[in-house]
Amino acid sequence: MIGSRYLPLLTTLAIFILAYALCIAQFPNMLSTRVLGNLLTDNAFLGIAAVGMTFVILSGGIDLSIGSVIAFCGVFLAVGMGEWGIPPVLAIVLLLVIVTAFGATMGAMIHYLAMPAFIVTLAGMFFARGMAFLLSTASVPINAPLYDTLQSLYFRMPGGGRLTFIGMVMLAVFIGGMILAHRTRFGRNVYAIGGNVQSAELMGVPVAATTIGIYALSSFLAGISGIVFSIYTSAGYSLAAVGVELDAIAAVVIGGTILTGGSGFVAGTFLGILVMGLIQTYIVFDGTLSSWWTKIVIGLLLFSFIVLQRGLVWFTERRANAAAAAHA
Amino acid sequence: MNASLRSGLLRLAPQIAALAVILALCAAIAPGFFDISFANGRLYGSLIDILNRGAPTALLAIGMTLVIATKGIDLSVGAVMAICGATAAALITSGYGLPATLALTLATGIVCGLWNGALVAFLGIQPIIATLILMVAGRGIAQLITEGVILTFNDQGLIFVGSGILFGVPMPVVLWILIALAVGLAVRFSALGMLIEAVGVNRRAAYLSGVGTAGLLLAVYALSGFCAAIAGTIAAADIRGADANNAGLWLELDAILAVVIGGNSLLGGRFSIVGSLVGAMIIQSINTGILLSGYPPEFNLVIKAVIIVAILVLQSPTSRAFLAFAWRKRSSASQEAAGQQPAPGRQAS
Repeated sequence: MIGSRYLPLLTTLAIFILAYALCIAQFPNMLSTRVLGNLLTDNAFLGIAAVGMTFVILSGGIDLSIGSVIAFCGVFLAVGMGEWGIPPVLAIVLLLVIVTAFGATMGAMIHYLAMPAFIVTLAGMFFARGMAFLLSTASVPINAPLYDTLQSLYFRMPGGGRLTFIGMVMLAVFIGGMILAHRTRFGRNVYAIGGNVQSAELMGVPVAATTIGIYALSSFLAGISGIVFSIYTSAGYSLAAVGVELDAIAAVVIGGTILTGGSGFVAGTFLGILVMGLIQTYIVFDGTLSSWWTKIVIGLLLFSFIVLQRGLVWFTERRANAAAAAHA
Repeated sequence: MNASLRSGLLRLAPQIAALAVILALCAAIAPGFFDISFANGRLYGSLIDILNRGAPTALLAIGMTLVIATKGIDLSVGAVMAICGATAAALITSGYGLPATLALTLATGIVCGLWNGALVAFLGIQPIIATLILMVAGRGIAQLITEGVILTFNDQGLIFVGSGILFGVPMPVVLWILIALAVGLAVRFSALGMLIEAVGVNRRAAYLSGVGTAGLLLAVYALSGFCAAIAGTIAAADIRGADANNAGLWLELDAILAVVIGGNSLLGGRFSIVGSLVGAMIIQSINTGILLSGYPPEFNLVIKAVIIVAILVLQSPTSRAFLAFAWRKRSSASQEAAGQQPAPGRQAS
C-alpha cells in the first residue's frame, strides 16, 4: 500500500508521463533529447529558485521576494562588471554574500518579530526590486568573457540534444537540495518546524537558527538563479523575473509539497518544473494556442493539486479519528 | 457614540499623524501643495489628485480589510481587476448598454470573490493559497477575454466612471467614499462587524457559538471581488482600454499594505476601515510626494519597504510586549487599564 505521503508525488509523476505521452502522440518530434535539453535550459533559473522555495514551504513559510532578488542579481552583475569594473568572479561572490545576508535578515525578522513570513518577504520583495531600480532602470548588457565561455559550455546528449551549463547547474542544485532535505540534520529540522513549531522547539530543534537558515538558503538559491538567469539572457534588467515567485510556488505545489508544511519532496518540485515546462513546450509546438493558456492551465493544475491535498489531509484525519474511536 | 468616535480617533492617531507629516513634507517640497481651486466645474489640486489616484487602492483596501479581519488574505484582487476591466471593455465594445455592462462587470467580480470564498469556507484551503490560484490564472482569463490585445473603447458613459466629475468631485473619489460609507455603516451599525471579528479571532469557536462562518466568509470574499470589480472598471475607464497584463498589477500588495499601515493586524480580529483608507491615502501621498520632489520614482519601492518594516517592528508581538511593559511601568501608579492590550496608537506616540 502506498502511503499518502507519496501519493501527491506519484500523481505528479503520472501526470507528467501521461502528458508527455499525449504530447508525443500528437507531435512525435517532442520525443527527442533536444526538447528535453531545452526544457532543462529554459527552466533552469525557475528550477533553482523553486528548490529554495521548497525548503521555505516545507517549513510552513513562504518567500515572495525571490523574483525581485533574481532581478537584483542580474542588474548588480551587469552594473558591477560593466560600470564598476569588478572582476566577474568577485562580483558573483560578492553578490551571493549580499543576497544570503538579505535572506538571513528576513528570516531573523520572521522569527524574532514573530510576524507572518508573507508580509516580511513582501517587504523584501519591494526592497530588492527597489534596489534593482536604483542600480539601473535600463536593460544592461553583460559582456564578460566568462559569460561567453559559460554560454558555449554544453554536454552533447545522444540524439543531438544539448545539456547546457545552466541546465547542469539546475540538476546539481536539485541533487544538492535532495541531500540537504533528506540526509542532513538541517533538513530534518526544516520538516520538524513545518510539522509543528511548538513540538519542534520542545524537541530541541534550534528554531531560530533553522528559520534564519531556511530564508538565507532561499535567497542564496535565488542568487544562483539570478546568476543563471543573467547567463541565460546575457543582460540585467530590473523589471525581469516579475512573478517568478508565483511560478516557483506553483511548481512546488504541483510537485506535491503540502502548503501547510512538513511534508513533501525536493524531487517533486523537479517534476513540477518539468510539468510546467512541458505545458509551455506544448504551446510552442502547437503554435495556434496563445501563451496565456499557460497561466490558465497552471492555475487549473494548482487548483486540482490543492484539492487533492485537502482530500488527503481530510482522509488521513478521518482515518486517525476512526482509529482513535476504535481504541476508546 | 461620541465616546466611541473619540476612542476611534485616538486609535488612529499615529496613522493620521503619519499622513499629516507626509503631506507637510510634500508641501515643503512643492509650494502650493495644499491649494485647491475650482475651475471648469471641478476641483483641482494636489490633494484632490491624491484622493483620485488613490481610488483603486482605497477600494481594494475596503474589501481587503474585511478579508484580513477574518484572518484571511485576498491575493487575487489585482487579477480580478484585470478580469473585470476586460469584461467591461469587451461588453461595451460588443454593443451592450452601459447598465448591462456595469451590472455584468460587477457580477463577474462577485463571482470571482465567491470562488475564493468557497475555496476558503468549504474546502478549508488557506486563504493565501486559495486566492493564489485566481491570481495566477486570472491574468490568463483576462487575456482570454481581451484576446491578447488592449481593448479600447469610446463609450462616454463608461469613461465617466474613470474620469467623470460629479458635483465638482472626480467620480472615482465619489465611488470609493460612497462604498466605504456603505460598508462601514453596514458593519458598524449591525452585528456584522462583530461577527466578522469573531471569525477572525477563532473561526471554530465562532462556528460553535452559532455564527454562520461559511456564509460570512463567502460574503466577505464576494465583497472583496465586488470592490476589485469597481476598481478594475475605474482603471480601465481611466485609460479607455482594458490592459490584461498591467491593470491592477501589484495593487493587491498596495491594498494589503494599506490595511497593515491602517493598524489592522494580519492575524485577524479587530479592524478599522477608516484606518485602511488612511493607509491607502498615505501610500498615494508617498507616491505623489516622490513624484513632486523630483526624485526618481525608483525610490518608491525602497521607501515602501522601509515603511513596512518600521510598521512590522511596531506591530510585532515582541516589541508590543516590550512597549506594554514600559507603559505599565510608567503608569503603574495610576493602575489604569494596565491589563488591557495597548492599542498600537499609544505605543507609537
